[in-house]
Amino acid sequence: MVERRPTLGILAHVILITGVLAVALPLYITFVASTHTAQEVVQSPMPMLPGSHLVENYTTALTGGGAGAGSHASVGRMMFVSLTMALLITFGKIAISLLSAFAIVYFRFRFRMLAFWAIFVTLMLPVEVRIGPTYKVVSDLGMLNSFAGLTVPLIASATATFLFRQFFLTVPEELLEAARIDGAGPMRFFKDILVPLSATSIAALFVIQFIYGWNQYLWPLLITTDENMYPVVYGIKRMIAGGDSQNEWNLVMATAMLAMIPPALVVILMQKWFVKGLVDTEK
Amino acid sequence: MAAEKRVVFRSAWLPWALLTPQIIIIAVFFFWPAGQALLQSLQQSDAFGTSVEWVGLENFRNLVNDPTYLTSFKTTAVFSVLVAVLGIGISLLLAVFADRIVRGATFYKTLLIWPYAVAPAVAGVLWLFMFSPSIGIVAYWLRAVGIDWNHLLNGPQAMALIVMAAVWKQISYNFLFFLAGLASIPKSLIEAAAIDGARPWRRFWTIQFPLLSPTTFFLLVINMVYAFFDTFAIIDASTQGGPGTETKILIYKLYYDGFKALDLGGSAAQSVVLMFIVIVLTVLQFKFVEKKVNY
Repeated sequence: MVERRPTLGILAHVILITGVLAVALPLYITFVASTHTAQEVVQSPMPMLPGSHLVENYTTALTGGGAGAGSHASVGRMMFVSLTMALLITFGKIAISLLSAFAIVYFRFRFRMLAFWAIFVTLMLPVEVRIGPTYKVVSDLGMLNSFAGLTVPLIASATATFLFRQFFLTVPEELLEAARIDGAGPMRFFKDILVPLSATSIAALFVIQFIYGWNQYLWPLLITTDENMYPVVYGIKRMIAGGDSQNEWNLVMATAMLAMIPPALVVILMQKWFVKGLVDTEK
Repeated sequence: MAAEKRVVFRSAWLPWALLTPQIIIIAVFFFWPAGQALLQSLQQSDAFGTSVEWVGLENFRNLVNDPTYLTSFKTTAVFSVLVAVLGIGISLLLAVFADRIVRGATFYKTLLIWPYAVAPAVAGVLWLFMFSPSIGIVAYWLRAVGIDWNHLLNGPQAMALIVMAAVWKQISYNFLFFLAGLASIPKSLIEAAAIDGARPWRRFWTIQFPLLSPTTFFLLVINMVYAFFDTFAIIDASTQGGPGTETKILIYKLYYDGFKALDLGGSAAQSVVLMFIVIVLTVLQFKFVEKKVNY
């Protein structure tokens, strides 16, 4: 900083610590609730220190043996559905976007700008505003309650294409010239030069898309009616039914912890790429 | 940045082959449904879907004359302004201080960014649990200080609940952008002002805040879009639009009318209105990004 101002330095730490604690409070309460029995959690006030039922609650939640008023589907299965869905969306988007961005940047062909704008315009409309008709398409194609139905419609967006296009435009022209002199064809150039160069962008998109996929709610809510196809984010809401005392909040909170862990790990472990990717994507 | 490459490959079929997967997906799952929404918004069908007739703009006229729709508009406006202003204000405060400190910045950053990973639905469930009138710990604390919390009956409290949950989830995102924005402000400007005798408070308002305005504006648009659409899961998991229609924002009403009340024409018209709002917001954002202030 510019000058030393010890008071301001202390104030900065105080405010940041307050912020961190405020942000972490819901997480702490969730964790504590997930380590007690259902009766202890619905006491008013609930205990503020972790209890001794951690392993038991998480095992019950994962295998789906709860006895509350809501759904008792196995959270283990839900986690599997969420993971598959998030990974399919992530890799699907990255794969088709790499190809189409390559076509748009490295080729000249008729209707190139039309293709670019057709893809670009999808950035504008999130799936939420066209749920009705999109639901009908998926149902007509017989894709309800399937991984294809859960993922393919969500791949129809241009965020990744746009990011790769921006990145490809910054790749030095000399690389392509050199590759051509060495006799490399377009796909060879794509596979051996462009994709390896894009590793950082791919990593950043991986984080953003993984979280986007994992956190989907409205879409699974519409197209899955089979408990076996519920992602955990939607499944957790199904566990809450009736009055407060009829729910096994300890299991609901254990499920909430389980639903938060994979995306939080991805964000924290891949922090560097994620921050860069996030800031770059939106510019 | 150059918008075109000087050197390119030549092939008549390869670019199309490369584009095919994306074109097919957006045609089937984007353009077709969006077109259908436009068509349906001009049609009226009965509940069994057996008869369809063209009604022109009647669905839109009905919307404009529907007091519940106008209420929903108002609710959405209040909600999105609260989410955007509080979310941006709090994260700006945190970012300015995080930018100041030298030691421990990464530590704070890590502890502040993780809520980005939390699903809106999970955020809704957590806040619902903490504020549940009968068992929630925070509701209990509030009673201890004399506030009778019951968002199941009290509309403004229900609104406060979803605003808190939505802001909590969004702070990390805004924080990262402000941090990046602050890092790009040349240190020399701040040093020069300091030499001229400007104290930190003054330096913030005369240098950092104005230079952050592109970031702030960008975040304003993003937060509006977030409050309009992504918060559906928060609301569905916590208040479900209630009590009454106090927290029924537009996207929730669209879902409710289309999938619960099965009013296809009306919900398609609502879709079209929402599409229009998103397009305006996006165009605003891009207009602004193009004219971005250079310093």
